[in-house]
Amino acid sequence: MAKIDAIMGWKELDLGCVIRQPGSSRAFKTGDWRSQRPVVDRDKCIKCGLCWVYCPDLSMVPAEEGYYKVNLDYCKGCGICAKECPKDAITMVLEED
Amino acid sequence: MIKEFENFKGFSAKKLPLAEPIASGHRACQGCGEVLALRLAMKAIGMNSIVVSATGCMEIITSTFPHTAWNVPWIHVAFENAAAVASGVEAALKVLMRKGKIPQKHIDVVAIGGDGATADIGLQALSGAMERGHDFVYICLDNEAYMNTGVQRSSSTPYGAMTTTSPPGKKSFGQATKKKNVPAIAVAHNIPYVATASPAYFLDLMNKAKKAALVKGPAYLHIYSSCPTGWRHGGDLAIEISKLAVETNVFPLYEVIEGNYIINRKITKPKPVAEYLKKQGRFRHLTDDIIAEIQRQVDEEYDKLLKLAGETA
Amino acid sequence: MAKRIGMEVSIAASEAVKLADVDLIAAYPITPQTHIVEHLAEVVADGELDAAFVPVESEHSAMSCCIGSSAAGARTFTASSSQGLALMHEMLFIAPAMRLPIVMVVANRALSGPISIWNDHSDIMAEQDIAWIQTFAENGQEVFDLVLHAFRVAEDSKVLLPMIVNMDGFTLSHVIEPIEILDKAEVDKYLPPYKPKVRLDPRKPVSMGLVGVPEIYTEAKKATNEALINSKKVVVKAWKEFGDLFGRYYNPVESYKTEGAEVILITMGSISETAMTAIDKMREKGLPVGLVRFRLWKPFPATEFKKAIAGAQTLAVVDRALSPGGACGPVAEEIKAALYAERGRPKVFNFIAGLGGRDVTVENFEEIVSRAFTYAKKRPKQLYEMIGVREI
Ligand SMILES: Cc1ncc(C[n+]2csc(CCOP(=O)(O)OP(=O)(O)O)c2C)c(N)n1
Ligand code: SF4
Ligand code: SF4
Ligand code: SF4
Ligand SMILES: [Mg+2]
Repeated sequence: MAKIDAIMGWKELDLGCVIRQPGSSRAFKTGDWRSQRPVVDRDKCIKCGLCWVYCPDLSMVPAEEGYYKVNLDYCKGCGICAKECPKDAITMVLEED
Repeated sequence: MIKEFENFKGFSAKKLPLAEPIASGHRACQGCGEVLALRLAMKAIGMNSIVVSATGCMEIITSTFPHTAWNVPWIHVAFENAAAVASGVEAALKVLMRKGKIPQKHIDVVAIGGDGATADIGLQALSGAMERGHDFVYICLDNEAYMNTGVQRSSSTPYGAMTTTSPPGKKSFGQATKKKNVPAIAVAHNIPYVATASPAYFLDLMNKAKKAALVKGPAYLHIYSSCPTGWRHGGDLAIEISKLAVETNVFPLYEVIEGNYIINRKITKPKPVAEYLKKQGRFRHLTDDIIAEIQRQVDEEYDKLLKLAGETA
Repeated sequence: MAKRIGMEVSIAASEAVKLADVDLIAAYPITPQTHIVEHLAEVVADGELDAAFVPVESEHSAMSCCIGSSAAGARTFTASSSQGLALMHEMLFIAPAMRLPIVMVVANRALSGPISIWNDHSDIMAEQDIAWIQTFAENGQEVFDLVLHAFRVAEDSKVLLPMIVNMDGFTLSHVIEPIEILDKAEVDKYLPPYKPKVRLDPRKPVSMGLVGVPEIYTEAKKATNEALINSKKVVVKAWKEFGDLFGRYYNPVESYKTEGAEVILITMGSISETAMTAIDKMREKGLPVGLVRFRLWKPFPATEFKKAIAGAQTLAVVDRALSPGGACGPVAEEIKAALYAERGRPKVFNFIAGLGGRDVTVENFEEIVSRAFTYAKKRPKQLYEMIGVREI
C-alpha cells in the first residue's frame, strides 16, 4: 500500500501545490508490488539492451561492461524483460516471503 | 520534404538517449504498455520540453501528491483540454521569447492524452489547437477505453471488445461500433505531420516522436498502448500483443507527411486477426461470425490505407 | 498625460489591457463581451500591443489556454459573459488552485434559459465558489481603473490569484462615457512587470496539478482560501496607491447618504447610479434612506460592510440573480450569513430585480424602499420578492 506521505500542514504547501523536485516519485518504491523477480544470466546476455528499452518501470538499468541489471526498488515483476530477451537470458523467479 | 527532418538521421538501438523524462516510482499497473509508450516517446523528445497532460491513467500514475514522476516541467489541468492548455503554453513561450522575457531557445511543447481524452471529450480542443497551427506535439496514448475510470468504452474501442459499458450479453456482442480514425481527423486539419506508432517497434516510435517534435507546427502521434488490466492479458505480453497488432494489420504503422501517406511497415502476409484476439480477455466472448466480421473490417481498412499511400497489396 | 475621451466602455476596458502590456489574450466571442475582444484583436493586429491573440474555439479552451499561458509565466487576459462563463465553469476552479493571476472582464449577462443577451448577474452568481478575486464596476471610468487594479493585485507576490472585473452588459459595456485614459508612463508607475514565482521552464522543472489525495485536499483548499481572504489587504492598498497617483480613490464598499438612514439599499454594479438618484429623490421627501454598494465582492468585505451599515435598522438588498428554490438571492444570502451572529443586527429584506435586461427604475427603488419600511413593521410572508414581475 501507498505510504501516506502527503501529511503536511496547509502553511507548508508550496504555491498552488507545485512540486519543485523533479522525479520525486523515486521516493515511492514500487518494488514491493512484485511477486516474481527477473534474474539475468550474464553468460547468455548479448548486451542488446532490449530489456532496458522495454521495461515500463525503468527498472532494467545499464550496468558495468554493457550489461543490464534489475533495480529491485522499482521492478514490479511484470516479466516483459524476460519475455522479450532474445537470448532467454532472463528468468522470472518467485519472490519468497 | 520537411526541412527540419534533413539533419535528423534517426535513432539507433546502440545509441539511444540515456536521459529519462519520466522517473521510476510511477504507479502504473504491472506491465502497462501505455506508460512504456509514453516513456519511449518522451525519451525521444528529450528534456528540453514542457508536457501538458490530460486526466487519465498516465496523469494519475505519475502525479500522486507529493510525488511526481516527471523530470521535465509538467502540468495537468483537466480531462478534455490538454491541447488547449498546450496552445496557451506554446503561444506564451513564443511571445515571452519575442519580448525578451525568457531566453530565445526552442522548447518542445507536448500534450498527451488517452484515447478518451483525444477521440471523445477533448476532440474539439485538439481540433482547435491543430487548426490554429500551434507548434506542438499531441500524443494520443490509445489503450482503447477509459481505463482510469474502470474500462468504459470510448469511440476508440474496437468492434467487438468487451468493456464495462459495452458488455457482451444476450443482445450484445460487446462494442457495436467501429473504432474512430483519429489520425485521419488530424490529417484533415492539413497539419504537417501525423503518424501512428507502437512500442513494439521502439525505434520507429522514437523516430516518429522526434520528428513530431522537430516539425514546425502541429504534429499528431497516435500510439498503440496495450493495457493488461483493461484488455485482460498477462502482464508480460505488452510487446507481444503490440507486435501482433501490427502483424495482423489491426494497427498499421504509417506516417502522413504534409498529407502524403507512407506505410512504414508493409505487411504483405498478415497473420489472422484471431491470433491477436485470442490473447486478450476482452475478446474472449466473440463468436466465429464476429471474428470473421472483424477480419473483414481489418482487411477493408488496410486496403483503404494502401490506396491512400498509393500502394497495392 | 492622462486624457479624458468619450469612448465606449468596452474599448476603455481593452485600452487598459493594452496599457498593461499583456502577453497573451485568449478569448471566444459572446455578446456583450465582443467589443473588448475585437478591439484587442485589432490593437494586436496593428502592432500597438505585442501580445499573442489566441482565437480559441470555445470558452472552455479560452480559460484552458489562459491557464497554460499563465503557467508559462505570461501576463494573461480574457473576457467572457453568460453562457461562455458557464462553459468555463470547470476551469474557473483550477486557475486559483494553481495560483495563476489571470485577469478576466465579465460583461454580465443573464444565463439561459430562456436565452437572453441582456444584463443581469446570474452568470457570475452561478460562480460563487471559484476563488477568484472579484470587483464590480459602476461606470466606465471604474471599468478602466479596475482592470489596471486587477493586474496589480492578481500578480502581487502576496496574492497570486486570478481576478474578475464585472461590468454590466450593455448598460456599461456598450455605452459611451467620458473616460480618463492614463498614459503608458503613468500605468508603468502603477503596474510593475509580472514576475512569476513558478513557471513551466525546462531549466527548472516543476510539476503542477498533481492528484490531491485525501491527506492533502483539505489543506490545499485552505491554502487557496487563506490567500483569497488575505488578498483584501492588497486590494485596498492597491486602490489607495491608485488614488494617490491618479486622484481616484476606491473602497471595497461605498456609502451614499447613509448618515441617519433607517433603511439602507444594497446594490452592486451599474444600477447603483439609478439607485443614488432614487436616494436623492427620497431624501428630498425627507425619507431616512441611504445606499451601500459593493465594489469588492470576493473576498466578501464583511468588516467594511458591517461598518457601512452600522446604525441602520433595515437593509433592502437588491439581487440581480435568482437562486431558484432557495431562501433568497445570492447577495442577500451572503449578507444575512455575515450578519447573523451580530448583536442588534438589522432586518434584511431581499428584492430580485433587473433580470434579463429588465430596467430597474428610480420608481422601482422607491417601491423597494417603501416595502422595506412596511416590512420592518410587519414581517412579510415571503422570503424574498421579485420586483416588476407581472403577477397575472
Ligand atoms: C469532464 C470530465 N469527465 C469525466 C471525467 C472522468 N474521467 C477521468 S479520466 C477518464 C477516462 C480516461 O480515459 P482515456 O483518456 O482513454 O485515458 P486512460 O485512462 O485510458 O489512459 C474519465 C472518464 C473527468 N475527469 N472529467
Ligand atoms: S534483453 Fe537479454 S540479451 Fe538483451 S541485454 Fe537484456 S538480458 Fe541481455
Ligand atoms: S520484470 Fe518488468 S518491471 Fe521488472 S525489470 Fe523486467 S520489465 Fe522491468
Ligand atoms: S489500467 Fe491499463 S493503462 Fe492504466 S495504468 Fe493500468 S495497465 Fe496502464
Ligand atoms: Mg484510454
